[in-house]
Amino acid sequence: MAHINYEAAKRVAYRGFVILGVVTIVEVFIALLGKGYIVEGFHLSRPVMYLAMICLSLYKAYYIIFEFMHMRYELPGLVRSVLLPTILLIWVIIAFFYEGDTWFHWRKSVQEIPAEMQLARPAGNAGLIPVQSADSTEAQEAVPADSSRPAGQVQPGHTH
Amino acid sequence: MMTTDQTQQTPVSNWEGGREPFKASYGKLMMWYFLLSDAFTFAGFLISYGALRFSSPTWPVPDFVFSSLPGGIHHKPLIFVTFMTFVLIVSSVTMVRAVQEGHRYNKKGVALWMTLTIVGGLIFLACQAWEWSTLMGKEHMTIHVNPFGTHIESGTYLDGDGHDVQKGDQFTAGKSYLIHKHGDEWAPLRYQTESGEIKQQQFGPKAFGALFFFITGFHGFHVFSGVVFLSIILVNVLSGIYANRKNHYEMVEKIGLYWHFVDLVWVFVFLVFYLL
Repeated sequence: MAHINYEAAKRVAYRGFVILGVVTIVEVFIALLGKGYIVEGFHLSRPVMYLAMICLSLYKAYYIIFEFMHMRYELPGLVRSVLLPTILLIWVIIAFFYEGDTWFHWRKSVQEIPAEMQLARPAGNAGLIPVQSADSTEAQEAVPADSSRPAGQVQPGHTH
Repeated sequence: MMTTDQTQQTPVSNWEGGREPFKASYGKLMMWYFLLSDAFTFAGFLISYGALRFSSPTWPVPDFVFSSLPGGIHHKPLIFVTFMTFVLIVSSVTMVRAVQEGHRYNKKGVALWMTLTIVGGLIFLACQAWEWSTLMGKEHMTIHVNPFGTHIESGTYLDGDGHDVQKGDQFTAGKSYLIHKHGDEWAPLRYQTESGEIKQQQFGPKAFGALFFFITGFHGFHVFSGVVFLSIILVNVLSGIYANRKNHYEMVEKIGLYWHFVDLVWVFVFLVFYLL
């Protein structure tokens, strides 16, 4: 680190240890407190707890990148070319979590399907791997003609 | 900025070659872009974890899954992974010190702090090996079987498992359980719901095991390769070839970037797998 003198640089390193350590302990404390391990019967609301932990983790990431990896001393062009592309992740997170939420609602609609319509499903396939297409055509045939449920809604059942 | 009225000299842009536009060497710059691409790989892994977790009605509770300590201690949530986190933080700080000593051409200092960094990496790998062997050997979690389930309704156990659950124990919705294995046979416990139905414990969401082993495994592989590269560079430091290059031990700085990135990724693995 040519930008600051040796003694100051050493202090940055040890201060980094204290900051990262304290933030980690605070995170763990929030997790344990929020989930009721420290005070009997006391819970934090999940959004508050999660938001706090995510913000603290982002702060740790910022500290590691800017102090330990010396990003703070690089030219703006380098900083931008490395950090700006990660903004794309914001959209990836929104898109995938939205999709995950949709799968969740599909699963719920699957559980409402009467048992006799689920017979085509092989036993033990409770995981996330979709049933093979051969089975799904079978399952569609098993749908009673007088079913009040539109056929399209049965589809997600095969991903369950 | 050069002015154009100096007709003798054509203005030369930073980007026309022969200079380092970012005032960073080729190697250091490429290390940054490699780390950027690696960050996307890890982000892909962690976001797929999030998507699958969102899609599942239940999910293993991390404080229940990761609550064992070496020496047969159980039900101490988060303590062991917090220790692992501290090991990585300390090894990151020792790496910072190694880079700083490199700037003053202090060969012994670089070698000392790099050795401590390698030791930190090895302790972390040992911790992970212990965690994996407990999960696979004692709790029988694999990439396609997840014995960690969560109750979705309240009820009373009709069997005991010889570990934590006694016959007649009551539980509420949201309570976690581990299905044990007797020999080669799984032994899910039977229970009676409040409405009087008799049911048995179900396996947890299948994706959990695969996600856990792939993501922590991929991170652990990064730690392992980091240890290998650090060792190679340590040997080179001791042989004096970096001192001869007169570039302030830049190779130590480059492997330092990689090592801090491994710590950076762990911040998010720790958040996503163990805290949330």
